[in-house]
Amino acid sequence: MTMYLFYFLAFLAILCGLMVILEKNPVHSVLYLIITFFALAGHYLLLNAQFLFIVQIMVYAGAIMVLFLFVIMLLNLNKETEPHKSNLVKFAAAISAGLLLVVLVAAMKGAETLPAPATTNADMGLVKNLGQVLFTQFLLPFETASLLFLAAMVGAVMLGKRDIK
Amino acid sequence: MIEYIIYKAILVVIVFCITLVAAMYSTYAERKIAGFIQDRLGPNRAGPFGILQPVADGVKMFMKEEMIPDVSNKFLFILGPSVAMFTSLMTGAIIPWGTSLTILGHQYSLQVADVNIGILYLLGITSVGVYGIMIGGWASNNKFALLGALRASSQMISYEIGMGLSIIALIMTTGTLSIGEIAAQQHGWHWNILYQPLGFLIFIICAFAETNRAPFDLPECESELIGGYHTEYSSMKLGFYLFAEYTNMFISSAILATLYFGGYNMPFLGRFVHDPNMLALLGTFFLFCKICFFIFVFMWVRWTLPRFRYDQLMNLGWKGLIPLAILNIAITGIVMWITGKI
Repeated sequence: MTMYLFYFLAFLAILCGLMVILEKNPVHSVLYLIITFFALAGHYLLLNAQFLFIVQIMVYAGAIMVLFLFVIMLLNLNKETEPHKSNLVKFAAAISAGLLLVVLVAAMKGAETLPAPATTNADMGLVKNLGQVLFTQFLLPFETASLLFLAAMVGAVMLGKRDIK
Repeated sequence: MIEYIIYKAILVVIVFCITLVAAMYSTYAERKIAGFIQDRLGPNRAGPFGILQPVADGVKMFMKEEMIPDVSNKFLFILGPSVAMFTSLMTGAIIPWGTSLTILGHQYSLQVADVNIGILYLLGITSVGVYGIMIGGWASNNKFALLGALRASSQMISYEIGMGLSIIALIMTTGTLSIGEIAAQQHGWHWNILYQPLGFLIFIICAFAETNRAPFDLPECESELIGGYHTEYSSMKLGFYLFAEYTNMFISSAILATLYFGGYNMPFLGRFVHDPNMLALLGTFFLFCKICFFIFVFMWVRWTLPRFRYDQLMNLGWKGLIPLAILNIAITGIVMWITGKI
């Protein structure tokens, strides 16, 4: 049962991920990306990481993608306003992307398959356990990350101000 | 296992039906209350006291000609109201509608799912609920609809933060995320409103903004945007948008009652009633009384206060409620530290 669910979610995630780049309409691309995020959230749930599941939905699918959609709807991208690149640029882009693919495939081929780490606790992803680990074992990285967010917020406010004297 | 599935299925269907009927009769209550506040009668033609008015409205909505604008994206146009309705109905699953019934020696909890993430599920669903409005507003291919959708989404994102922060203070005092446990903790007079008055105030203001109700109904502000995000909608698709708003209102009232007003608990009830089944049913009854009260508050506010201006709305959200909610968290922490709870 869980395995079928995994395959279904994986299929959905890959299909929608492909549709994000294949779809011509940017708004449709964003909508496919949202479905991809939901599929990923489903994977977290299968791993019993309920907190990650809900954070993925709240933060990525619920907030960040809304802002994406927001910007794209306001930009009103369509066929007429689409920027046209010259053939030379397209050719260069195809070659560099192909090279990247070769590198990725080579890296995947050379990589050793590590044995799955023994799960210490299946309920690790539950809010209580995660919070305990974050606030004891990983307190310093956690607080540093929050400082980073604060700096980003202050920066965004500074950039958002029209005229800085 | 089969028995468990059947019991859950029955519970889901009952919750679903009650939510829909409550939303349906909220439309009637809204008109009656509006009539009362504006010193007129309200609907009184269909049935005694106009009690069949929602049914008449529903039939009208279904029978109306359906129009889909030619230039709009048909699939997304239909998806919009569907998502709005879907997300508004999903939240009912985590609300504890009562303690538990004992039938033939088996305990049946009146909560569909007491999930581990509890309140976070609620926040997740509300954040996804924005898509219904955004997709519908964009797919209409109408500038007014798009503006309404943009207003709705920015408003909902802004007020979600205040709501989340006010919930954090609540979680600090209760020590759990599970809504079932939060309801159970408020036994007798230990209602959370007594411990979190400021948090409740912030939460209820954010709930008004999240449900797009007056004085925060700028997404459908008639004087500026015609009808807002549902300008192009007709027939039952419009009905779905309107219905989703009433469903949201019902669910928000249920959550307000559960989180801050004791849920199914009523003081001194245990002294008069001793049969556990009877007690559970009475608890559910009192929960619905509280929900009706909050629905009334929603309507009362709508017909009393004028609409905000959009910049005032954003100022209130970002510069008023969010700092206040952070202050509330700090105060809660200090009080808990002084009283030795942590």
